[in-house]
Amino acid sequence: MDALDLARWQFGVTTVYHFLFVPLTIGLGVFVAGLQTAWHRTGKEHYLRLTRFFGKLFLINFAMGVVTGIVQEFQFGMNWSEYSIFVGDVFGAPLALEALLAFFLESTFLGLWIFGWDRLPKRVHLACIWAAAIGSNLSAYFILAANAWMKHPVGYEVVAGRARMTDVWAVLTNPTALAQVPHVIAGAFVVAGGFVAAVSGHRILRERRAGRTGEPAMWRGTLRAALVMTAIAGAVVAGTGDQSARLLWEQQPMKLAAAEGLRHDERGAAFSPVPGIEVPKALSLLAAHDPDAPVQGVEDIQRRYEAAFGPGDYRPNVPVVYWSFRVMVVFGLSAVALSMLGLWVTRRRRAVPRWLARATLLALPLPATAMIAGWLLSEIGRQPWTVQGELLTAASVSPGVSLRAVAFSLALFTLLYGALAVAEARLLVRYVKAGPEPAPAPAGRPGPDDAGAAAPAPAPTLMY
Amino acid sequence: MELTTVWFVAIAFLWTGYFVLEGFDFGVGVLLPALARGEAERRQALATIGPVWDGNEVWLITAVGAMFAAFPAWYAGLLSGYYLPLVAVLAALIVRGVALEWRGKVEARARAWCDAGIVAGSAIAAFTWGAVFGNLLAGGPAGTLAGGALALALAALHGAVFLALRTEGPLRARARRAVPALAVPALPLAAVTLPAIPGAAAGGTGEWTAHPGAWAAAAAAMAALAAAVALAWRRREGWAFAATAAAVALLTASVFGALWREPLPGLTVAGAASGPYTLGLLTWIAGAALPVVLAYQGWTYWVFRRRVAA
Repeated sequence: MDALDLARWQFGVTTVYHFLFVPLTIGLGVFVAGLQTAWHRTGKEHYLRLTRFFGKLFLINFAMGVVTGIVQEFQFGMNWSEYSIFVGDVFGAPLALEALLAFFLESTFLGLWIFGWDRLPKRVHLACIWAAAIGSNLSAYFILAANAWMKHPVGYEVVAGRARMTDVWAVLTNPTALAQVPHVIAGAFVVAGGFVAAVSGHRILRERRAGRTGEPAMWRGTLRAALVMTAIAGAVVAGTGDQSARLLWEQQPMKLAAAEGLRHDERGAAFSPVPGIEVPKALSLLAAHDPDAPVQGVEDIQRRYEAAFGPGDYRPNVPVVYWSFRVMVVFGLSAVALSMLGLWVTRRRRAVPRWLARATLLALPLPATAMIAGWLLSEIGRQPWTVQGELLTAASVSPGVSLRAVAFSLALFTLLYGALAVAEARLLVRYVKAGPEPAPAPAGRPGPDDAGAAAPAPAPTLMY
Repeated sequence: MELTTVWFVAIAFLWTGYFVLEGFDFGVGVLLPALARGEAERRQALATIGPVWDGNEVWLITAVGAMFAAFPAWYAGLLSGYYLPLVAVLAALIVRGVALEWRGKVEARARAWCDAGIVAGSAIAAFTWGAVFGNLLAGGPAGTLAGGALALALAALHGAVFLALRTEGPLRARARRAVPALAVPALPLAAVTLPAIPGAAAGGTGEWTAHPGAWAAAAAAMAALAAAVALAWRRREGWAFAATAAAVALLTASVFGALWREPLPGLTVAGAASGPYTLGLLTWIAGAALPVVLAYQGWTYWVFRRRVAA
C-alpha cells in the first residue's frame, strides 16, 4: 500500500459520494422548477405546496452536493499534482468555466429563490429557480467534457511534457463528451424520477392508511410526472449508452473488452449477458452495429500496448469492470421498465395500485446504483491511464505528498462523509414523513403581473 | 499587457473577491454565539448571510479553477504543498456549509450541533487561509501564526460591521459595540503584519519591497481599519463596511503583489503559465462573463438590502 493506492481510494470514495447527490440536484431542480411553473400558470395551490415540499428535499440534498464538490476541485492539485501540471492547460479551462458560468449562476439564483419568496415579483422568483437549474445542468456539461477528454483526448498537443490546448471547439465537442453528457444528465433525471416516484408512492400508501381521499390524487399526479420523466430520460440513457459503446469500440477498446470479459480479438464476437451464456455475434452488433465486425480482446490489446507504450500492465481490473457494466444495465433498465409499467397501469385516471406504490419505494436504490456502477465502469475501465495513451495514473500522483497525509485525509473524509450521509438520510426521511405543509391561508391566485406583495406568506421552512 | 500578467491580476482579483465577501460571512459565523442571544437573534444573524454565502464561496471555486487553468504548476504546487492545511479548510467548509443549510431544518436539539459547526467551520477556515498565505510569504511559524490570527481577527471585525449594517434592534447595537473590542486584536496584528508583507516575497527579489504601491497599500489598509472602527462607532455602518472591505482587499492585493514573479518558491509566473491559446480563450470568456456575474451578484445584495429584523 502506498500513497498512490490511497490517493486512488480517496478519489473513488469522494467522487462516488459526491455523485450520490449531484444527479438528484440536476434532476430534482428541474422538477421543482416545473412544479413552480405549474403553480404559476394554473394558480392551483397544491402545486405551490408540492413546490415547497420537494424544494425542501432538494435543498437538503443540494447542500451536500455543493460541499462535497469543493473537495473534488481541490483534490486534483492536492493528490494529483503531476496530472494537474500535465493537463491544466486543457482540463483546467472547463473547470474554470464551470465555476464562472455555472456555479455562480446556480448558487446566486438559488439564494435568491430560497430567500426571495416574499421579496421578488412572482415571475422573477420563478425565473430564479430556472436559472439555478440551468446552472446545475450547465456545470454537468463542463465537468463531463473535461472528464471525456481524459478518456479520449482531442484538440491538444504535447509540448515540453505538458498538454497544450490547440482547439477548444474540439475539446467541447469531443464525440465522447457528446455521448457522455446526455447519457449522464438523462441518468440524473432517471435518479430524480425514481426519487420523486418513491416519495409519491410512500405518500400514497400513507394517505390511504390515514383514510384521506383528496391527497392521494395529488400524489398520483407527481407519481405519474416522475414516471414520465424516468421513461423519457430512460430512453435517452439507452440511446446514448448504445452510442457510448460504439465509441468505446473505436476509442477505448480495452474498456469494452474488459466490460465484456473478451480475452482475444474476434470477428463476429458473441455477447454473454452472464458468464456461461452467449448470444452469437451480438457483441459485434452492439459495439459496431455490424454482426461481423472485429472486437479486440484484453490480452491482444495488452500485447499491442506493450509494443506501443513499452512494458507494463495495461489491463484494468476486469471483474470490477465486467460486473459494473452488468449492474449498470440491469439496474438502470429495471428502473425504466418499472416506470413504463407504472404509466401503463395508471393510464386514464386509473388509481395507483398498492403494489406499484410499494414497488417505487423498493426501486429507490436502483437508478443511483446504476449511476455509480456506470462511473466505476467508466473510470476503472480507463485504468491504468489518467489520460488515455498519454499519462499513466502512477505518474499522475503528487510526488511530495506522504502516505500518512493521504491516509489521514482519506480517513477524515470517509468519517465525515459517513456521518453526513446518516444525517442527510434522517433529514430526508423526516421531511418525507411530515409531508407538505397545508396550503397558506389566503391562497391568492397568482395573476400574470402579480407583484410580490400579494404573494402568500413566505415559507419559513425554506429559510434558516 | 502580457496574458500571464492579465491572469495573475485576474486571479488576485478573484481571491480578493473571495476574502472580502466570504470574510464577512466567516465573521458572522464566528461571532454567532457571542453576539446573537437566543434563537430569534441567531436566525436574524444567519439570515443576513443566508442568501449570499454560497455565492460568496463560488469566488473561491472560481479562483482555484482559474489557477488550475491559467497556472497549472502554481495550482498543483500550492495545493499539494499545503496538503494538510487544505484538508482542514475543506473539512471546515463542508461542516460549515452543511450546518448553515440544515440548521433551519433539523430538530431543535440538533441545532446546537449546527451552531457549533458554523462557529468552528468559519473560524478554522478563516484562520487556515491566513496561515497558508502567511506561511507562503514568511515561511516560519511566526508568519504562519500571524497570518492565521490576522485573517481570523479581520474576518471577525468585518463580520461584526456587516451584522451592524444588516440587522436592526439589539443585535445591531451589540454588533456595533463589538467593533472596538474586535479592533483590539485586529489593529495591532495588522500593524505588525502588513508592513512585513512587501519584504516577505518568497523570492526575496525586493521588487515588491521597493514598490511604492506596496507601502501605500499597507498604509491605506491600516487607515481603512482605523476609519472603520470610528465610522461604526458613529453609526455610519455602510461606510464602516466599505472601509473593512477595502482593508481586506488591500491586504489581499498586497499579498499577491508580494507573490508576483515567484508565486511559489522556485516557480515563476511565466513558468507556471498555460499556453497563449488557453490564456487568450479564458480572457475572452472571462471578460464577457465576469461583468454579468458581478451584475447579478450585486443585484442579490440589492434585493436583500433591507435590514433584517429579529
